[in-house]
Amino acid sequence: MPVAIQCRDLRKTYDGKVEAVRGLNLEIQTGECFGLLGPNGAGKTTTIEILEGLLEPTSGEVSIFGHSWRENARQMREWLGISLQETRLSEKLSVRETVELFASFYREPRSSDEVLEQLQLTEKADAWVGKLSGGQRQRLAVATALVCNPKILFLDEPTTGLDPQSRRQLWGIIREFQRAGGTVLLTTHYMDEAERLCDRLAIVDHGQIIADGSPPDLIERLGGHHVVEFAVGARAVGNSDGASLEAWRGLPSVESVREEDGMVALSVKEPHLTIPALLEAVGKQGSELQHLTTRQASLEDVFVRLTGRHLREE
Amino acid sequence: MSVAEQTQIPEKTIPGKRPPRRNRRWSGYRHLLMARMLELKREPEVVFWVFVFPLLLALGLGIAFRNKPAEASSVVIVSAGETREAEPLLQRSPQHALFKIDVLDADAARKGFRLGKYDLVIEPDAGGGLRYRYDPARPESVLARAEVDDALQAAAGRKDVVATSVVTSSEPGSRYIDFLIPGLLGMNLMNSGMWGIGFALVDMRQRKLLKRFVGTPMRRSDFLLALMSSRLVLMIIEIALLLTLGVIVFHMKVLGSLFSILLLGAAGALCFGGVGLVTASRAQKIESVSGLMNLVMMPMWIFSGVFFSYERFPAVIQPLIKALPLTALTDALRTSILEGTPLIHQWPRLLVMFLWGGISFALALRWFRWT
Repeated sequence: MPVAIQCRDLRKTYDGKVEAVRGLNLEIQTGECFGLLGPNGAGKTTTIEILEGLLEPTSGEVSIFGHSWRENARQMREWLGISLQETRLSEKLSVRETVELFASFYREPRSSDEVLEQLQLTEKADAWVGKLSGGQRQRLAVATALVCNPKILFLDEPTTGLDPQSRRQLWGIIREFQRAGGTVLLTTHYMDEAERLCDRLAIVDHGQIIADGSPPDLIERLGGHHVVEFAVGARAVGNSDGASLEAWRGLPSVESVREEDGMVALSVKEPHLTIPALLEAVGKQGSELQHLTTRQASLEDVFVRLTGRHLREE
Repeated sequence: MSVAEQTQIPEKTIPGKRPPRRNRRWSGYRHLLMARMLELKREPEVVFWVFVFPLLLALGLGIAFRNKPAEASSVVIVSAGETREAEPLLQRSPQHALFKIDVLDADAARKGFRLGKYDLVIEPDAGGGLRYRYDPARPESVLARAEVDDALQAAAGRKDVVATSVVTSSEPGSRYIDFLIPGLLGMNLMNSGMWGIGFALVDMRQRKLLKRFVGTPMRRSDFLLALMSSRLVLMIIEIALLLTLGVIVFHMKVLGSLFSILLLGAAGALCFGGVGLVTASRAQKIESVSGLMNLVMMPMWIFSGVFFSYERFPAVIQPLIKALPLTALTDALRTSILEGTPLIHQWPRLLVMFLWGGISFALALRWFRWT
């Protein structure tokens, strides 16, 4: 499979001061759904807009199917379907007029009716954009991207602010596009979205990729398979020093320890080895276990492990 | 990298019921223009400000300044021995209908004059004759003095040595409304050109719609061309409405050919489209572009002679006034509509508009920010 999107050592500095992207490398294969995951302000939007050819990078190389924006921009635009973060389409045009308008820019667009049907907007075809709900507007934004029959779909935070049902609908549309052979690049700060939708992910923070791989691979490498969270009585863990946290690290099968909301969280490979030892250790201390849960590790754990912060924190 | 070396681009097929259609070269332009016109049509404010407001303005001003019969001069006579003869003389004169006469004592007469109630005071003169007290800065006062003197002398038996006669003229073509309508046309083309282009662009930029458009293979020139074309369509409607109003309501006579009027209108619309484009080329917010627009239009509102002739401004600044695009446009429209001046004699004005529009457009292309 040929490489769909590639960038090397991408950098973007605004006004000579703010470094939004600092040396980013990506290689996305044709037919892949690739996610850029990171908190707000991590540089995701800047990155995706450089890849879309809407922003000039300060330095670095971008190629789409081997073509560069400097040489072949018009031809390349025929291949890309784009949904920006928060585009407000003209409120006084109807849904069909809007899709037709975007279709008119491409040499061989799809039929508008067909796209409206695919995005379940047929019923709203003659309604003004101003009258649509948030979910419908977002679907319309994706419709304007899909009507050009793109080879690559760029989606910047496609489901931000949507209700769960609308999100699921969009996920379905994205999968359908991928099944038909399309390549998808999306940004998100939702873990579950990245985990369900993406074949591969890059976690972006401060303009750099801090980890990449498939979601299960990332979780296995960095999150531990399981997380054991507990709290002990007698003395508050919140006051515990690093040394006592380190003590928990000595338990069998523990990969890392961190403290969160007054609880200790252990990344654990095999909980059935860790938990009996944990109970024994607590008993030896003469203190009491106040709370104990185990769960599958998630991308959130990966992110926290890598950055010490939660994704949604500002 | 040569084309041959480039990666083979994979074919992707969306299972579609219909075969893909093919768009031709101008499909984007046509759709952009259509979308623009639909949006304008569906925006009631636009319809009001572009079409209805100028009509109301023309109607209001046309009625306010319509030609009225000359008002009578108010004359006050100070009652004294010497002036006793004046009143009956005036009443006997052939022009007596032109005077409204009061007889008062000296103090009351002076006071009434100071307050503007009277245009002229007739006082006793030390030498036994009559003395006129009038204000040379008040046209009606000057007029009253001349009329009264003429009437008194004639009634007292003066013989005119030159035989004269008069004919009145308030023909269409020389009235205020005739002056006003072409001026309003020009101003309207400026306002709607600047706002129609500038406001629309900044709004689309603010909504990131421009950025979204640039993300498609849309030709940027098509986009700007569609915006300009929409101005031309509106221009035709604006001119048609105002001229129709002038002809039907005020019995205006249009001497120039419709073709040359529309051509001047097009020159004006495109010129101000260019100025609007450059004004809006970088602004990110509606608020900032509004300020800029007013700044650009202000001198033209004041100097370009929309409502009153600019000939009254000092001679030094006349060349500057004539270099303003709105002056060129209103002058051209006026002479074309009122005097039927052929286009070929309008070339300096067309040149002014062409230069403003052309230079603005070139600068706009350089500075324009799509994102």
